[in-house]
Amino acid sequence: MQVFGMFRSCLIVGVMLVSGAQAQDRFITVASTTSTEQSGLFGHLLPVFEKTSGIKVRVVALGTGQALDLARRGDADVVFVHDKAAEEKFVAEGFGVKRQEVMYNDFVMIGPKADPAKAAGKDILAGLRRIAAAQAPFVSRGDKSGTHAAELRYWKAAGVDLATTKGPWYRDTGSGMGPALNTAASMNAYILADRGTWLNFKNRGELGIVVEGDKALFNQYGVILVNPAKHAHVKQADGQAFIDWMVSAAGQQAIADYKIGGEQLFFPNATK
Amino acid sequence: MNDLSASLALAGDLVAAGDAKLAAIVWLSLKVSLSATALSCVLGMPLGALLSVGRFPGRRPLIVLFNGLMGLPPVVVGLLVYLLLSRAGPLGQFGLLFTPSAMIIAQTVLITPIIAALTRQVIEDEWREYREQLRSLGASRARAGRTLLWNARFSLTTAGLAGFGRAVAEVGAVMIVGGNIDGVTRVMTTTIALETSKGDLPLALALGAILIAVVLIINAGAYLLRQWAERRWG
Repeated sequence: MQVFGMFRSCLIVGVMLVSGAQAQDRFITVASTTSTEQSGLFGHLLPVFEKTSGIKVRVVALGTGQALDLARRGDADVVFVHDKAAEEKFVAEGFGVKRQEVMYNDFVMIGPKADPAKAAGKDILAGLRRIAAAQAPFVSRGDKSGTHAAELRYWKAAGVDLATTKGPWYRDTGSGMGPALNTAASMNAYILADRGTWLNFKNRGELGIVVEGDKALFNQYGVILVNPAKHAHVKQADGQAFIDWMVSAAGQQAIADYKIGGEQLFFPNATK
Repeated sequence: MNDLSASLALAGDLVAAGDAKLAAIVWLSLKVSLSATALSCVLGMPLGALLSVGRFPGRRPLIVLFNGLMGLPPVVVGLLVYLLLSRAGPLGQFGLLFTPSAMIIAQTVLITPIIAALTRQVIEDEWREYREQLRSLGASRARAGRTLLWNARFSLTTAGLAGFGRAVAEVGAVMIVGGNIDGVTRVMTTTIALETSKGDLPLALALGAILIAVVLIINAGAYLLRQWAERRWG
């Protein structure tokens, strides 16, 4: 009998802890990208929104592909990502209500400051061609994220067929922006990154920006409400309130205000 | 070496500053992993006793199964629990995904086999020693199992601590089912993973040192409690 007494007290403690751990706030779940989270943008933006609306925002930071898949399963109310083609597909499939553009920043090519492949310049396609020709170490996200999708687009546009030229120099890491940058830093490799994560990244080693300022490196972020017709539990009103605020004058100003070391990370460009 | 000493100094500073956010993260880690350990003890210990004292078809394969499940990869557990709790999954209507409850469930699945397998080992040894005695008293197997669990309660703390250690140290499962949401489901291990991602390796390592210190304190507490209880009731 004592054993049952012991187990019963364990069970009661367990249940108390479980129920105590459940918060009952008003909140929405936003599936977003590692770049918005790890660049620190959300840490700056969300307290402002929470203060004006009383709605808490819970951010799950993943690659764009994963974030959209999560929303397809109904596990988020809003997606905030950066892969236009994938976003438009998401809306066309009926999982999203409407895609709205919010802000942009740009990709930068990071590489060893010594630049062994002579890839430096303003032309991303030329830079990639030189890296492939020199077979200089290149780290790829390889995780279906927005940055990975962009990288593959650039290789294609540069006329480099990865299927045939891919060798030991091309490291497919299957990891988030930060871990991939850590890998690149330790290998002294080239890597495509979003500027926000790079500016907030501390373990740079010998790396620096090699290519920037190419118009092709434009990186647009969009926001989409998950379709309540597909998933009835989606918090439509609160999710829409978040989207409306992001594209409002106040939200756009808050985005513009976010700076690291005096440098603006994201540029608001919402179209109503 | 420079990194290591810098990290330890940083860990000391973080603790000394009594940062409220850090305290909340440590507290959530403990709450989740202690809850999972309590639930796993409730489930795993009777199961372990059943596997050692009981005689039923399929017992041996079950023993092997539970021994094998001690090596369950956390990320697989996370994925399974995610698919169960996802809105599109069978338990989706409860909205448990991305809550501490989901993390408790995942860790419970992860460590119940560990606690069951270790309990089975302890009780099997006890059973060998006391079988004749219990039989001569006319105890049923169920009764014997209960008695042996109670008898071995001090040795079984090790099984509980092994489960707790595994739960509080894993990152793969809680990352998937918790989502590492700031202020809601961010625990020690997912914070360490996040800071590593940001390239802030000294901070990540400092948090790791704090996690190890917390685990050591819990183990020391359990050890002292056990000694005290053994003296009092042993």
